[in-house]
Amino acid sequence: MAAQRMARGLGGDVALSHTSRLDDLINLARESSLYFLLFGLACCGIEIMQLGGPRADVMRFGAIPRASPRQADLIIIAGTLTYKMAERVKLLYEQMPEPKYVISMGSCSNCGGLFQNAYSVCKGVDKVIPVDVYVPGCPPRPEAVIEGLLRLQEIIRGERWATRRRPAAASR
Amino acid sequence: MDERADRTESTMLVNFGPQHPATHGVINFLVETDGEVLKRATPEVGYLHRSIEKSAEGIGYAAFVPFTDRVDYLAAMFANEGYAIALEKLLGVEVPSRAQWLRVISCELNRIASHLVAAGTMAMDVGTFTGFLHGVREREAINDLMEELCGARLTYNYHRIGGVAFDLPTGWRDKALRFLDHFDKFLVEFDRLISFNQIFVKRLANVAVIPGPTAIDYGLVGPNLRGSGVDWDLRRDMPYGAYSHFEFSVPVGKGFCGTVGDSFDRYYVRCLEMAESSRIVRQALETIPEGEIRARVPRNVRPDAGETFSRVESARGEMAYYVVSDGSNTPWRVRIRTGSFAAMGIIEAVSPGLMVADLVALIASLDVIAPEIDR
Repeated sequence: MAAQRMARGLGGDVALSHTSRLDDLINLARESSLYFLLFGLACCGIEIMQLGGPRADVMRFGAIPRASPRQADLIIIAGTLTYKMAERVKLLYEQMPEPKYVISMGSCSNCGGLFQNAYSVCKGVDKVIPVDVYVPGCPPRPEAVIEGLLRLQEIIRGERWATRRRPAAASR
Repeated sequence: MDERADRTESTMLVNFGPQHPATHGVINFLVETDGEVLKRATPEVGYLHRSIEKSAEGIGYAAFVPFTDRVDYLAAMFANEGYAIALEKLLGVEVPSRAQWLRVISCELNRIASHLVAAGTMAMDVGTFTGFLHGVREREAINDLMEELCGARLTYNYHRIGGVAFDLPTGWRDKALRFLDHFDKFLVEFDRLISFNQIFVKRLANVAVIPGPTAIDYGLVGPNLRGSGVDWDLRRDMPYGAYSHFEFSVPVGKGFCGTVGDSFDRYYVRCLEMAESSRIVRQALETIPEGEIRARVPRNVRPDAGETFSRVESARGEMAYYVVSDGSNTPWRVRIRTGSFAAMGIIEAVSPGLMVADLVALIASLDVIAPEIDR
C-alpha cells in the first residue's frame, strides 16, 4: 500500500498524501471521538462512574459520555440485563445513528454471570443486540473497560467503509 | 396507566427514565406535569429485578454471600454483614472479637464510600460536575484500601458466616490512618466548595420537605429518616457487633439551611455521617484486639429448622434479613428488607407541586439505588 503512515501515537497520526486512503481519515475521526451513551444498568454502572473519574479518565481517549442515544456512537452495556430492561436496551440501540458499536461490560451482560438461575435475567446482551467487544469481570476494573475501548478502536481502524460495510454489520 | 380524574388538557405525561443519568440506575418515573410543575411522579420499579431472593433457595447458605454483594453494590459490606449476622443467629455461632472489629472498620469505610457517591451524584444532579469528581476521587482511595483488604473494589464478599475472610494486610492500618487524616481535611474542603455553596443551597433548601411523622409513616430509614429530624440509629439504639465499644454521635436534620426534613438536610446528614464514620474507624483501628478472625463453621452449613431476623444500619438505612430454614442445606426463604424500596414509596406522596428540576433533587437526596429497590 502506498499510504504512508507515521508511528501512531495517542490519537493516531495519518500522513496525508495524494495516495492516502479516505478510509484512514474517516476511521481516525471515528476512533478518536467515540461518544458513549451514559448507561449504567447495575454494579458495573458504578465502575463506569469511576471510569469518568480523575484516575481512569476515559475522556483522554476521546470517549465522552452522552445522555442521549441520538448523540452516541457507542453503548456500553454495564450490568445485568433483565427481560424488562432488554426491550428498552434494544430501543435505545435502535435510536443510535450508524455507525454504532456495542461494548458488553461484565459477566452479567456477557452471559448472565452470577444470575444463571434467575428467572428474570436475560442471559447475555448479545441475545438482543450485536456486540463488538466483550469485557470480562464482575465487575471489570475501569482499566479493563479502557482496554476494551482500545480494542474497539483497533476494530474501527481496520474498517473499510468505502468498499463495504464492516463484517459485523453484514452478519446482523 | 389508569386515567386520573384530575388530569386536564394541559397535563402532560412524560417518562422519566429508565435510561436517564439522574435516576441513579434503572428506575422509571411516570411524571404528570402541568408545565414545569409536577402533578404527580409515580415510580415504576422492576427494571433490575434479578431474583436474588429466589436464587438463595437454589444454592447453599455460604454460597449466597456473594449474591448479597449485589443487593447493594455501593454498600456491599452491610449487605454481607446483615446476612452473616442472620446466619450466625440461626447457627448459634459466636463471632471472634477481632472479626467484629474488622467488620466495623470495613463497614464504616464502606459507608464513607457510599455517602461520597451520594454527595457526588447529588452535586452532579443539581448541576455541578466538580462535586462528583471530588467524591469519586476520594472514593478511589477507599477502593484501593478495600482491594488490599479483600481483593475486590466493589463486590467484597468479605463478611463470611462466623467472621471475616481475611485479616488486615501488613501496613494497611497506617495507610488507612493516612487516608483518614487526608479525608477529614477533604470534608472541610467539600463543605466550602459544594455544601454551603449558595447556588447548591438554593437548589436544595426547603425543597421536598418530609416531616418526621410522614417519614415514619412511610417507613423511611437511615439518613433519610434522620434528615427528617427523627433521632434513630440502630448502631446506637440497638447496638450489634462491636458498635457499643465506640463513641460517636448521630447527626440529625436540624434545618441546616431551611426547614427540617428538606433535601438539604437529607444531604447534609450524610456529610456529617462521613465525619462520624471516620471517627469510628480511627477508634477501631486503635483498639482492635488480637485473635482469630473467623469462628469454626462447617463448610456445608446446615442449620436446624427455624427462622431468624437480623438488622444492620446500612449506608441507606436499616437493612433486614429474614431467613427461614427447613433443616436442609439450602435456605427455604430469604427475605431482604431494604431502605431504598421504602424511599421510592414516598416519592409519589411528596412530588405534587414540585418543579421538574426539584424532582431530580428529591431522588438524589433520597439516595436510592436500583438493585436495593428491585433486588
